[in-house]
Amino acid sequence: MSIPYRRLLDQITKIRGVRGAMFVAGEDGIVVAEAVVEGIKANAVAALAGSLARRVRRAADSAGVGMPEFVQLQAEAGTVCAVPAPAGMLVVAIAETEVNVGFLRLAMRKAAELTS
Amino acid sequence: MADDVRSLSDQLARDPASLVFLELAETLRARGQLDAATKVVMAGLSRHPQSAAAHDLHARVLADRADLPGAERAWQATLEIDGRHLGAHKGLGFLCFKKGDVEGALDHLELALSIDPTDVAVVQALKNVRGTSDLPMLAPDDPEPEIPESARPTPREGTPAPVSSIPGAAPVPTPSGAGRTTQEVFIGLEGADRGLLLVDARGRVLGGAIRGTDGQDVSEETAAHLAGVAQEAVRATRVLGLGGWSWIVAEGPGGNLFLSPPTPETTLLVVRDRSVPSGRLAVLAEKAREVAARWIEEAGQL
Repeated sequence: MSIPYRRLLDQITKIRGVRGAMFVAGEDGIVVAEAVVEGIKANAVAALAGSLARRVRRAADSAGVGMPEFVQLQAEAGTVCAVPAPAGMLVVAIAETEVNVGFLRLAMRKAAELTS
Repeated sequence: MADDVRSLSDQLARDPASLVFLELAETLRARGQLDAATKVVMAGLSRHPQSAAAHDLHARVLADRADLPGAERAWQATLEIDGRHLGAHKGLGFLCFKKGDVEGALDHLELALSIDPTDVAVVQALKNVRGTSDLPMLAPDDPEPEIPESARPTPREGTPAPVSSIPGAAPVPTPSGAGRTTQEVFIGLEGADRGLLLVDARGRVLGGAIRGTDGQDVSEETAAHLAGVAQEAVRATRVLGLGGWSWIVAEGPGGNLFLSPPTPETTLLVVRDRSVPSGRLAVLAEKAREVAARWIEEAGQL
């Protein structure tokens, strides 16, 4: 993994409750760079988050909301967040349900901005 | 046009195994030369029996010849090759509708909408079948209609469309749940007619409405997309071992949206402009979710 990507992801994974973060090629859901704890399948998270983000984008576009700048899927045992980054990439994070989403969103947006 | 036919015929003569027969047959069909179109498409099918496009074209030629049973067989053959062929589902939806088979028409048109949620003709056809439009049902490849102001449907809560406006169709059955209409789901809640939408697992609108930035009703298109989002959420959380999904929030330049499942078979969408932050949106959504869940339970629709 390139150092710049690693540093950007570290800013996300240092937030309490975050179990992994990655850059994902948005259209095909392939991991570009990742930093995840053991037990997290980065490839699966990337593929599923990419697919979900794509579908949410279509629904949001249809509903007149436009291209989402932040998407969060909350589940019983965790949460997955995605933020679009330049060149069609996504910044994706998987975290525990109690994570401070405010901090997480800021860190993900910053990472997305800095990739440009 | 004649030049087109000559040019395409020449191409086909030079390369009889090519797929140019599709374009040639379509051109002939458009000119009303149905005998010639039939010959070309049948010859093409003999070389390309697994071409879904050829079977679909054959079906449309047969439909033009008013051979509806033949068209039905050809569209069924299309679906055996490609189960998600948009044209075949549109065609079969139209044929079911002509026969008065409302359920069959809904099945095919909803599948068509899931394949291409932006297909305006499918949206219009669905409105006709559901009895929410006064416009006539279009044949599968008719051009989209210009809708005169006088012909635009006006809201008539609980009143089915007049049967005379739907050729060959039986009256649209009233949803179960005595006296209930989908408009009633969110009565009393802010944004019930523009920012709340309840859909089922197949992308059908159960209640509420979403309006786009230009004020147009975009409920049908949005509902079709929402079914896919909910399916993907279920899949993602299952594969990742996260348990059931609780909600999805998306923040966009034109507003924020909040999705949640009032029941396992339904999805609720709440949309508000950006002045309503996502935290507040969650509170509104929870209120709407309770209302929707109660409505579903009382109506016994699902």
